[in-house]
Amino acid sequence: MLAVAQAIPPATETRIANLENAVKSAQSAGDNAWMLTSAALVLMMTGPGLALFYGGLVRRKNVLGTMMHSFVLMAVVSILWAIVGYSLAFGEGTPILGDLRYLFLNGVGGAPNPDYAGTIPHQTYMIYQLMFAVITPALISGAFAERMKFSAMLLFMVLWMFIVYFPLAHMVWGKGGFLNAFLGGKIPTLDFAGGTVVHISSGVSALMCALYLGKRQGYMVEPMKPHNLVISVIGACLLWVGWFGFNAGSAVAASSLASSAFVATHFATAAAVLGWMSAEWIHNGKPTVLGAISGAVAGLVAITPASGFVKPFPAILIGLLAGLICFLMVTAVKSKFGYDDSLDAFGVHGIGGTLGALLTGVFATSAVNDGLKDSTGKVLPLGLVDGQPGQVLNQALAVLISWGLAIVGTLIILKICDVVLGVRATKEQELEGLDVSMHGEEGYNLEA
Amino acid sequence: MSACTVKKVIISKRKRDLIMKKIEAIIQPHKLEDVKEALKAIGIDGMTISEVRGHGRQKGHKEVYRGMEYQVDLLPKVKLEMVVPDGRSAEVVQTLVSSARTGKIGDGKVFIYDVADAIRIRNDDRGEGAL
Repeated sequence: MLAVAQAIPPATETRIANLENAVKSAQSAGDNAWMLTSAALVLMMTGPGLALFYGGLVRRKNVLGTMMHSFVLMAVVSILWAIVGYSLAFGEGTPILGDLRYLFLNGVGGAPNPDYAGTIPHQTYMIYQLMFAVITPALISGAFAERMKFSAMLLFMVLWMFIVYFPLAHMVWGKGGFLNAFLGGKIPTLDFAGGTVVHISSGVSALMCALYLGKRQGYMVEPMKPHNLVISVIGACLLWVGWFGFNAGSAVAASSLASSAFVATHFATAAAVLGWMSAEWIHNGKPTVLGAISGAVAGLVAITPASGFVKPFPAILIGLLAGLICFLMVTAVKSKFGYDDSLDAFGVHGIGGTLGALLTGVFATSAVNDGLKDSTGKVLPLGLVDGQPGQVLNQALAVLISWGLAIVGTLIILKICDVVLGVRATKEQELEGLDVSMHGEEGYNLEA
Repeated sequence: MSACTVKKVIISKRKRDLIMKKIEAIIQPHKLEDVKEALKAIGIDGMTISEVRGHGRQKGHKEVYRGMEYQVDLLPKVKLEMVVPDGRSAEVVQTLVSSARTGKIGDGKVFIYDVADAIRIRNDDRGEGAL
C-alpha cells in the first residue's frame, strides 16, 4: 500500500502551485530586467545627459562648475536616499510625509512591496525611484548656473530634498499621500512620471533661485553665448533616450503600459522639436539647433505626467503645445520680466511641467491605463476625454500645491543658506569663473 | 687704412644680410589651403599660422540663442606670419595676395615689416641663414 501511495503523482493543487510560482518568477525576471535597465537609463539622464546639456550652455570658464552640479548630486542625493530619503518619500506615514520604517533601507530587500510594485524586488523599486530624486535637484542648477557658491549649493540641495522633494514625492506617489490617485489620495492626481514631483518642483524652485540670487555679472551687457552647443546636442540626445526609462519605466513593469508610455513619450518629443523649431524659424528667420534641442526637452517634460495615460495623438498635441509655449516663455516672457534664469530651468521645466500636468487631466483615458478601479474592481474613467472634467480641477489643485510648496520651501531654504554661508559667489570669483574659483581647475587645458 | 676698409666692407655686408621682411597676412580661413599651395609653388615652406578673430570694414552677423540676439563683429580669420629675404618679399606678397583674393569685403590685409635679425634656436644660425 505504501509503495503504491508513493507512486501517485503530486496532487493537482501542488502542480498548480508550482506552475504559479514558475509563472510568477518568470514575470518577475522580465519586469526586474526592464526596471533595472530603466533605473540605469534615468541615471544616465543626469550624468552625462544633463551635465552635458547644461555644461555646453554656459561660458567656458564655468563648464566644470556646471557639470559638477549634476555630478555631485548623483552622490549626495544617493546617500541621503539610503539613510532616510526613501523612507520619507515612500514609507506609509502621514498624507504629507512618509515615516521612518525604511530608515537605513531597513526592510527594503528582495521581496516585492505589493503597494508599489508587486512583481519586482523592493530594492529595484527603491533604486529606480532614487534616480528621479537625483535628477530633480540637478534640474534646478540651470537657474543659478555661473554664480552660486559651491558650498551653499550643497547645503541648499540637502535642505531642498527634505523640505520640497521628499514631501512632494510622498504626497503624489507614496502610499497614503493625499495627492495619490491610486493609493487613496484625497485629491486624486494623475502624475505618471513626475510632472509635479520632478518638473514643477524643480522648475518653480529654479525661478525662486534666479530671483533670489539676482542676475549674473554683466547680464545683458556682455555676451553670454553657450560655449559649446555640440556637447549640449549630445546631452539632449542622451536625455531623450534616458527619458524612456523615466516614463516607460514608470509602468514599474515590462508591460503594455510601458510600451504605451514609451510611444507617447517619443511622439510628444518629436512634435515639440518641430513646434519650437518652426516658431523660432518664423519669428527669428532661422531654425536654431539650440531651439530644436530645447524643444525636445520641453516636450519630454510636458509628456512626463501624461505618458502613461494618453494615446499617441493627444501626446503629439501635448508636445507641440509644449514646444510653442516654452519657446514663448524663454524668449518673450523672460526678456519682458528680465530675470536671469541662466539655462531656462523655469521656462522649460516649470512651464512645461505645469502644461503637462494640466493637459494630463484633459487627455488621460482608461483606454490606455485601467489602473484606477473602484471597490468592486470596475475600471474608473480618468480625464476630460473620459467624461471626467473634474480631473482637470484635481490636476490644477495639485499644480497649485506643487507651486506653493516649491515657492515657499525654496525661499526659506535660500534665506537659511544665505545667512549660514552666503549663497552667491563673490564678484571676483564670478568674473574669474567658477571652475577656477570654486574647484581650482579648468575644463579645457589646451596647452596641456 | 687698408684694415679699416676691410672692416667697412664686412659691416656693410652684414647689414645687407640682415635686411629681411616679415610678412603678416590676415586672410579668410577658407583661403588658407590656396595660399599655402601658391607659396609652396614658389618655394616658401616656412610659416606660422594662428586662428584669430577680427574685422575691418566687413560687417559681422547676427546670432540668436533662445531669443537672445548677439551682433558678432569679430569674425574668424587666419593669420599667416613668415619672414623672407628682402629680395623675395615682393614676389611672396604678390603670390599671397593673388591667391587669397576672392574680391569680396573681408578678404583681409597684408602687413610688411623690417626684421632686425633672426636666430635659429637649434644652432645659433643668424640672419638669412636662419630662415
